[in-house]
Amino acid sequence: MAETHMSSVSARRGASSGLRPELLYGVGLLLALAAPFVLYPVFLMKVLCFALFACAFNLLIGFAGLLSFGHAAFFGGAAYVTAHAAKVWGWTPELALLAGTASAAILGLVIGALAIRRQGIYFAMITLALSQMVFFLALQLPFTGGEDGIQGVPRGFLFGALDLNQPLTMYYFVLAIFVFGFALIWRTVHSPFGQVLKAIRENEPRAISLGYRTERYKLVAFLLSASLAGLAGGTKALVFQLASLTDVQWQMSGEVVLMTLLGGMGTLFGPVVGATLVVTLQNYLAGTNLPVTVVIGAIFVVCVLVFRRGIIGEIQARLSNR
Amino acid sequence: MLKTLLCGTAFLALAAAAGTAQAQVSNNVVKIGVMNDRSGVYADLAGEGSAIAARMAVEEFGGKVAGAPVEVVVADHQNKADIAANTARQWVDVDNVDVIADVPNSAAALAVQGITRDKKRIFLMSGPGSTDLTGKACSPYGFQWTYDNYAMAAGTGRALVEQGKKNWYFITADYAFGHSLEAETTNMVKQLGGTVKGNVRHPLGTSDFSSFLLQAQGSGADVIGFANAGGDTINAVKQAAEFGVTQSGQSLASLLLFISEVHALGLEAAQGLMLTTGFYWDMDEQTRAWSAKFEQKHGKKPTMVQAGVYSAVRHYLKAVEAAGTDDADKVAAKMRELPVEDMFAKNGKIYPNGRMAHDMYLARVKKPSESKGPWDYYQIVSTLPAATAFMDPAKTACAQK
Amino acid sequence: MFEMLGIPPQVLFGQLLLGLINGSFYALLSLGLAVIFGMLNVINFAHGALYMVGAFVAWLLLTQLGLGYWWAFALTPFIVGAFGILLEKTMLSRLYKLDHLYGLLLTFGLALILEGLFRHQYGVSGQPYPVPPSLSGGQNLGFMFLPNYRGWVIACSLVVCFGTWFAIERTRLGAYLRAATENPVLVQAFGINVPVMVSLTYGFGVALAGLAGVLAAPIYQVNPLMGSNLIIIVFAVVVIGGMGSILGAILTGIGLGLLEGLTKVFYPEASNIVVFVVMAIVLMIKPAGLFGRER
Repeated sequence: MAETHMSSVSARRGASSGLRPELLYGVGLLLALAAPFVLYPVFLMKVLCFALFACAFNLLIGFAGLLSFGHAAFFGGAAYVTAHAAKVWGWTPELALLAGTASAAILGLVIGALAIRRQGIYFAMITLALSQMVFFLALQLPFTGGEDGIQGVPRGFLFGALDLNQPLTMYYFVLAIFVFGFALIWRTVHSPFGQVLKAIRENEPRAISLGYRTERYKLVAFLLSASLAGLAGGTKALVFQLASLTDVQWQMSGEVVLMTLLGGMGTLFGPVVGATLVVTLQNYLAGTNLPVTVVIGAIFVVCVLVFRRGIIGEIQARLSNR
Repeated sequence: MLKTLLCGTAFLALAAAAGTAQAQVSNNVVKIGVMNDRSGVYADLAGEGSAIAARMAVEEFGGKVAGAPVEVVVADHQNKADIAANTARQWVDVDNVDVIADVPNSAAALAVQGITRDKKRIFLMSGPGSTDLTGKACSPYGFQWTYDNYAMAAGTGRALVEQGKKNWYFITADYAFGHSLEAETTNMVKQLGGTVKGNVRHPLGTSDFSSFLLQAQGSGADVIGFANAGGDTINAVKQAAEFGVTQSGQSLASLLLFISEVHALGLEAAQGLMLTTGFYWDMDEQTRAWSAKFEQKHGKKPTMVQAGVYSAVRHYLKAVEAAGTDDADKVAAKMRELPVEDMFAKNGKIYPNGRMAHDMYLARVKKPSESKGPWDYYQIVSTLPAATAFMDPAKTACAQK
Repeated sequence: MFEMLGIPPQVLFGQLLLGLINGSFYALLSLGLAVIFGMLNVINFAHGALYMVGAFVAWLLLTQLGLGYWWAFALTPFIVGAFGILLEKTMLSRLYKLDHLYGLLLTFGLALILEGLFRHQYGVSGQPYPVPPSLSGGQNLGFMFLPNYRGWVIACSLVVCFGTWFAIERTRLGAYLRAATENPVLVQAFGINVPVMVSLTYGFGVALAGLAGVLAAPIYQVNPLMGSNLIIIVFAVVVIGGMGSILGAILTGIGLGLLEGLTKVFYPEASNIVVFVVMAIVLMIKPAGLFGRER
């Protein structure tokens, strides 16, 4: 009985098709295309990076029922590799991003293979501990630059031609990456593979008895989630032109959980909303005297106690109840 | 040639009338952005205190410079380089901030240095210690004001070896920062004929130092140097007292320590520790008067970082006044031209690489019985003259010679 | 005397003893986590923060009320425990019917709030707490100098750990507890108030964290961040030991402390990672942990 709630929240998502999602996505995309003319582009790019990160994380928690508390390892690890490839090896941005994503995929394979042997809380703690190991490595390996991080990463020329130092060019590049990642997640969730994942989430023993090798499905989901988190981290390294310890710290893993929880676990669009809110909030709090962690912690507690569906989940539930 | 000409015109403009000078200040306001850690590990040594120090400098100018009002804004970078970068960009692009000050945490400072270099804004660094900021990552607009890792490490190393403490053992934090502190000190110690008996590397954020201290104790060195910072140093010093390291005749030297940390440790644990500092409140009439005023507003005596923010902002405003404009190139030139002399900086001079060289001091932490009251912590042992306290700019990796 | 891998045996003994001290802290903290997990099925992410609160309570008792170490030692576990019961009653108890992960997320949020508040109030450099006069000084053991206070820490935590183990595994009260874990409805039918028992268990687990905080105060700086560094290592200890196993938590805690001590001699750079390496190996060979039962 204890296992069901988290999943039933998201199970309702399918029923709430009263609203045309395609239409919403179209409007969202138009807004995103127009946004840099109104809002500050660097801020928007940051939002997009975290939104993709949260979507990748949500693929695991929302659709496979696995809570990873170590996603910072992929996000930050890929940021380091991307930054190193772009700065030291002089690779073009798309190749550097590929290298970063690939490194996150490999890391995801290793950590995933160890972690999927256990479920629930065990899974969360194992991912947490292993990502902490990645943090210590990032602190000590010579190529990461210790506490200084990798600084002054060149954005370079996309395909050797488009100058990414132009804020608008960079913005549309980041937007394209985000749309690609989001579409990939959308496709995965709506594929037969995604259906099997949901079956595992709802009832793993039954999925096994139906002949699915659930461990493999979970590992692939983990791998995909880690790679996309890496893609987000690599992109962030190019946007801010730096990779630092912040991105591999376990607090970052907590932040992405919060974004997803706030927006709505298991909803496709929830993590985007959650990420936007959290990043905006952090930006706003930076200029005030309020202690940031207290506010973030309080949101966490409120979400868990009274607001478990998250914003989008809550809206969908209201709409489908009507 | 061109530079002199520009300066000349600026002077003429200033001389002509305050009204015309005002037209030279962008957006008719000089905006100072104090960015630092307001809630994390550097909050006590920088934090709100740095903002107060900056406001004190502005007040001295009556809140106006070159006819334009001066405004101070603050931000918390939460020790995250990306937040620092984001804030700096937004300040420059959207909020018209003219100068960014403080920025402890070298990752954050390096990020801001890159942005201020690209966007031509003055950057007054008081909090960060990385020598890269005036080395390979130097900028024509970046000024490192208060201290750097070289000055801290080499200063303490030199002074102790000259006192006859030649054999060293290092307890070093195992990341770039700790390594560089250790390397700078080792160089200095060896140059002066000392030896390094050994070292041990501990991971960042170690809470238990007893086993490292035991190894150091067994090495027979005269001095145990702590090449680490913040909480690591505090725990190491506290546990050294517990294990009676100093009773056995070894000296402890901290290669980077701030008065806020000594305050946190208490004299019982910190007594006898040797360290280098760029500022101490109880030096002379001037420092005591300023620090008393500061304490009234903040409730604590200033750290060297906070005093450095005051001095840097004050010098910046002087340069704006003299240049009659807040144009970064002209102000930077003026800053380099004017001598730095105030309650913080004695014999101050700005090197081409952006390093503000000034006298540093070697201090010994007092015994509880020597201390007359709260914050009476340091016995200044000697002055490290500005000329030798900092790295020779010609030897740095900075291209601005 | 022969040497082992170039390390004189004196040094080795010294390091092992120091490892034992750290191990006692790990054991005390992971014991609290194991007790809470066994009964409530909640991973208490706030455990590290409550350990920090314990140290701060001791410090506040000293500076605000002038109550010394022994008062703090006696009072703090009750104060922290009461605070824990309050948290359980007002928040945690609403989540028992949901996925266990929500308990983890809630306590994570609580940890952030507690740490943030203390940081806001007392800064981050920490506060000094003196070693009690009755335990200052130390013994020269021949191979090393052992401060009396550290000896006290070992003795105290071993007594508490094994006392707890005895109470849960060998007494009637412990039997009720274990029974309530297996089948709360049945135990309730026997006339035992299970919700109260759950609250008290949480309070007890948290009190252990508070006690560890008092013990740590004179050794480490009383610092708002002291818990967040420790909690992840303690998590790993609990995973290695097998979650919910009382004896597993104690033995693994002590064992890993010793192992960490050895690492500090042979390869100090790795001393923070060694616990995680062991965890990865254990997981590969025995996914349920060394003392855990496969479920």
